Amino acid sequence: MSENIIELKGIRKSYDNTKDVVSDFNLEIKKGEFVTFLGPSGCGKTTTLRMIAGFELPSEGQILLHGKDISELPPNKRPVNTVFQRYALFPHLNIRDNIAFGLKIKKMSKEEIDKKVARVLKIVDLEGMENRSIATLSGGQQQRIAIARAIVNEPEILLLDEPLGALDLKMRQEMQLELKAMHEKLGMTFIYVTHDQEEAITMSDKIVVMSDGKIQQIGTAEEIYNEPENVFVADFIGESNIYNGVMTKRKEVQFCDAKFECLDDLPTATLTDVVVRPEDVNLTEPGKGQMNATVISNIFKGIHYQIVLQSGKNEIVAKSTKPANVGDTVGVYIEPDGIHVIPAKQHLNHFEGVITKYHTVEFAGGEFECDVTQLFPGSYHDDKIHLFSKDGERIHLTGMPVYVDIPVEYLDMSDDETAGGVVGEIVSLIYVGDHYRYTVRTESQEDFVIRDEDLWNEYDRVSVIIPPDQIKLTLRESEE
Amino acid sequence: MKHFSRKQLSIPYVIFLVLFVILPLLVVLYYAFTNGEGRFTMTNFIGFFTGTNTIGTLIYSLMIAVCVTTLCLLLAYPVAYILARSMFKRKYIILMLFVLPMWINFTLRITALKEIMTAIEGNLAYYPFLNSVIGMTYDFLPFMILPIYNALEKIDKNLFEAASDLGANSLVVFLKITLPLSVPGIVSGITMVFLPSMTNYVVLDMFYNSTYIMGSLISSYFSAYDWNNGAMISLILLVIIFAITLIAGKFEKDEERKGAVL
Repeated sequence: MSENIIELKGIRKSYDNTKDVVSDFNLEIKKGEFVTFLGPSGCGKTTTLRMIAGFELPSEGQILLHGKDISELPPNKRPVNTVFQRYALFPHLNIRDNIAFGLKIKKMSKEEIDKKVARVLKIVDLEGMENRSIATLSGGQQQRIAIARAIVNEPEILLLDEPLGALDLKMRQEMQLELKAMHEKLGMTFIYVTHDQEEAITMSDKIVVMSDGKIQQIGTAEEIYNEPENVFVADFIGESNIYNGVMTKRKEVQFCDAKFECLDDLPTATLTDVVVRPEDVNLTEPGKGQMNATVISNIFKGIHYQIVLQSGKNEIVAKSTKPANVGDTVGVYIEPDGIHVIPAKQHLNHFEGVITKYHTVEFAGGEFECDVTQLFPGSYHDDKIHLFSKDGERIHLTGMPVYVDIPVEYLDMSDDETAGGVVGEIVSLIYVGDHYRYTVRTESQEDFVIRDEDLWNEYDRVSVIIPPDQIKLTLRESEE
Repeated sequence: MKHFSRKQLSIPYVIFLVLFVILPLLVVLYYAFTNGEGRFTMTNFIGFFTGTNTIGTLIYSLMIAVCVTTLCLLLAYPVAYILARSMFKRKYIILMLFVLPMWINFTLRITALKEIMTAIEGNLAYYPFLNSVIGMTYDFLPFMILPIYNALEKIDKNLFEAASDLGANSLVVFLKITLPLSVPGIVSGITMVFLPSMTNYVVLDMFYNSTYIMGSLISSYFSAYDWNNGAMISLILLVIIFAITLIAGKFEKDEERKGAVL
């Protein structure tokens, strides 16, 4: 194994110290690897790249290049070069002077510069264009010049910030292959940022899936596709059917009201998320599979049919080379290795709160009605204001620290911002068989996980409604 | 509803143009090349270039204009640069603070400056050149700050990052990226300061200045009823200004063509 060229250790970045844009970021990259940061916009991938380039300083953590800490080094002192999303070519310089910019700073001789410029222009397929002005180039050509300008300096690491984002589909696919070929030829380490999973899968040796400023999974394209570590990765990479499941015995999981043999050996009764790729859903004669379902749509997609099935309240998407008739009942058979079981996250909707009044608790930036008598068995309100223990002793509630737990199924959302105890923004949604699983983030940066059958949009502002009798309180040791 | 055609819309301006620009220009042309009896002559033209008084004034005016423009540029560029690069969210307010003096009546401003300078220098008449330069710089500075600020604001911030990524330290970034890309702003700032500082003799008058610049020279001929010589000097100044504008405009256009990429 070759040694790590760059290591990121415990990187955290926040701009105003209230919200982390990147947190808990640990990554090792080997010399010559093609690593891709993949994630939706706002997941912190570009910020991480900018920290490697030196445009941003990490709030915490270290960036080690060949084992030496470079996190405080300015960009011009780092042996890395960047290809910018919007190219950032110098408009007042021609192609030659754009590419030669870095070489001139290194005080290279004119002959050497000319030789190198001609060589990289050949690599990016724009030979003989030295004297053309930047303004005469198409988007794709500008992109190639931006790449040439970076690689001519022979950086140890080439950083690419969504370099193909502004190109049309066909151009993008061509450039993907060219970049990959270039990577193999140059032997440079590439760190690539994209939100396009196909791009990531096509080009990378190693993919770092990011969401919410955190690494969700690191692995090869195959690993990430076949063995997603959580529901976010499964949902983001490729198409998936995602269900709530429960282990009925070792190597058997129940979802969609049916039992399936699986390869994951988890203790009985473990709550799980189950991921099934559409291509792993096989259609059989009714009764021959693990469950029966009705065909509700059949769409020709060129190389396959996309078939949507309904079983009870659950929807199943399948891919098949053979069409199905809408309305038919079919059997659904899923091989054990087509079922991917992920233990469900514990402590959903677990908060630290403080009792504010005789019937309210404050947590996650909002105030909710609740039943405080559950904290002290046998306690009672006298005149609905003071709480007395079962021995008749007055209990002072205000400021009492508590833990708050709310089962996912009892939370509700409303677009009336005054209807609930706190207002938040939907930051993610995942379709889980017969309902959507939403994450609503409040202004105090705390998350509620909510189930809802209706489709809401990402970034919708909603208020979170909790029935008072479903708020479970337990006493918490005060921090002081 | 009836729509006005473009031709109809331009009528008011065409009338204005003919009455107040073209006609007076023809009148100036006429007087410049005639003598007191109304006969064609070149003596006014030759007189300007042979008279020590007139040529001396032209050179003196040019010297003042060069000094004022240079001083304005040296003062304005750092201010515009700091403003354009500052992270301050409401930097427009600071920009307004620099432009605000323009809203105060010109005479009032110059009178105030006069009082201050009298307090410092004693008798203003001792330093005519210096006073002219200070007064005009004070007066024209905002006209230099604004175009440079606009040019600097327009530069894509990614270019600075790209340059430093390619190994440039902040001095090189400034010399190779910021400065060349702000040339259009510098050029329009120079045009806006250089030309008025050759002719605006009000500042000189207010400072009890006995020296002559081009504006005062023209005015003195006209007040002596020598319309022919006055017209000729105006015409020559017009040609000089026109030439300077043309050169500056070409320079600016070159830069803009290069700058029109992103």
